[in-house]
Amino acid sequence: MKLIKTIIRPNKLEEVKDALSKMSVSGMTVTEVRGHGRQKGHRAVYRGTEYAVTLLPKIMIELVIDEHLVDDAIKTIIETARTGEIGDGRVFVLPVETGYNIRTGERDV
Amino acid sequence: MKRHVCVLLFVLICLVPSNLPVFAQAPAAQPKVDTGDTAWMLTSSALVLFMTIPGLFLFYGGLVRSKNVLGVLMQNFTMVGLVTAQWIVIGYSLAFANGSSLIGGLQWMGLHGVGAVPNADYAATIPHQTFMFYQLMFAIITPALMTGAFAERMKFSSFLVFSLLWSTLLYDPLAHWVWGAGGFLHNMGALDFAGGTVVHISAGISALVAVLILGKRVGHGKVPMAPHNLPFAVIGAAMLWVGWFGFNGGSALGANSLASSAFMATHTAASLAALGWMVAEWIKSGKPTMLGAASGAVAGLVAITPASGFVTPLAAMVIGFAAGVVCYSACFLKSIFGYDDALDVVGVHGVGGILGAILTGVFASKAINSAGNDGLLYGNPGLVVTQLIAVGATIIFVAAGTAVILVGLKALMGLRVREEDELLGLDLSQHSESAYELTSDYDEGGSALTGHAAATTKPATTQA
Repeated sequence: MKLIKTIIRPNKLEEVKDALSKMSVSGMTVTEVRGHGRQKGHRAVYRGTEYAVTLLPKIMIELVIDEHLVDDAIKTIIETARTGEIGDGRVFVLPVETGYNIRTGERDV
Repeated sequence: MKRHVCVLLFVLICLVPSNLPVFAQAPAAQPKVDTGDTAWMLTSSALVLFMTIPGLFLFYGGLVRSKNVLGVLMQNFTMVGLVTAQWIVIGYSLAFANGSSLIGGLQWMGLHGVGAVPNADYAATIPHQTFMFYQLMFAIITPALMTGAFAERMKFSSFLVFSLLWSTLLYDPLAHWVWGAGGFLHNMGALDFAGGTVVHISAGISALVAVLILGKRVGHGKVPMAPHNLPFAVIGAAMLWVGWFGFNGGSALGANSLASSAFMATHTAASLAALGWMVAEWIKSGKPTMLGAASGAVAGLVAITPASGFVTPLAAMVIGFAAGVVCYSACFLKSIFGYDDALDVVGVHGVGGILGAILTGVFASKAINSAGNDGLLYGNPGLVVTQLIAVGATIIFVAAGTAVILVGLKALMGLRVREEDELLGLDLSQHSESAYELTSDYDEGGSALTGHAAATTKPATTQA
């Protein structure tokens, strides 16, 4: 099993979620996060006082899936979340050591 | 210490003669109450209260960070209670009773004799009590204006003592100078229709002194201190605009053509000042902002306050536009001189008030108000000099007075909250409540995506 961690634009969440659901991904965790990569952020001005907003709101999706689904999942995420502009986000793939189902107590990873 | 204050207050209250305002007695040759004038003045009084609560507290509340919004609301709300009590006990008498040219007498303490019979010195067609009540609303908003300057850092108890002393020792004498029978600025012929010097210059200059003595907020210039709710602030500014019709229109002290003229000047100046600020900001920083337009309107209202009963609509356009541009520029003074005037009370009320007082000397016309005077534009440059003297006297008096009060209080009880309390925010540290609880709990109905760590920031339930 692999953990896919992807950081995307907030307005891409619905599209990415729908596309992942179609490829039989059974569950995911979504978090509101802030961060920056190469995207510079923007500035806000209040009565002449400027604030640089450098950490931008992003959405992080985490899902644990079978290894044979990983390539498809990455492809799906990249296709749906891409706009071509700086700030589209990242996809990371991590190995998962173990996993338990809390309700049943069974080890399932 | 606290008990002594309570005892002192109780004694003061007992000393006041227990005479209720006299309504029933009606001597034959008294001035006649005009019902139309009275209706307008009661309405205006309510409008001016509306400027403070909720107008000013929304304007200010929206501009602070979310952890301090209740602190701001609380300061403004409490001001109503505090100054009302002060006004009844002694404030009105010090400001308006016959006394010297510098301060009123004590004969109207406890509103003794301030009843249904009009006082011809001030307003011959409305009950004296109505005039007193209208003036109370001005006494409330003036110290409330200052709360924007020292926002987000002042200790609530010190704030209360400061406001009470400031109202009694500075506002009341100043109101007497300008409006009181025999007041020296009044006798000198300085024009201040609705309180440019008494209200705006005094609040703006005191605010400057206060932020110099209090010092900057923790992290000022290093961490972002952006407004937490701009729609709040804009709604507040809009309420101030509406309320200002009572402030300036009511200063005609009757439902008459002068009130109408003041209405027109007030509205015109606010409109043009919103445009002026917007244009100046657009040129300087590339984009027009909503906060800029709203701040501009307030600046225009401030500047037109002393002039509103003396100028034509065209003059009001010039005063308004100038106020928008000048006050926008004045908001950069704080970064040049390095003081932390959190919500620009100095730039808007101090600078706007001074600008308005001077421009009153330029644009005033006897054709608008025969009780006024002609200004520079109508061949009387002397009025500008008189206005400058009034401005100078006001600045010196309130700056020195505020400094003495605050330095004294700093030594006696301290002015600021502890640093950790400031970081936590005034809402929790001073009042043990929080303005926003976006999720009531971490139950399944709560939205984790809009979550706010409410449940984890519960303060310890200690009795302060």
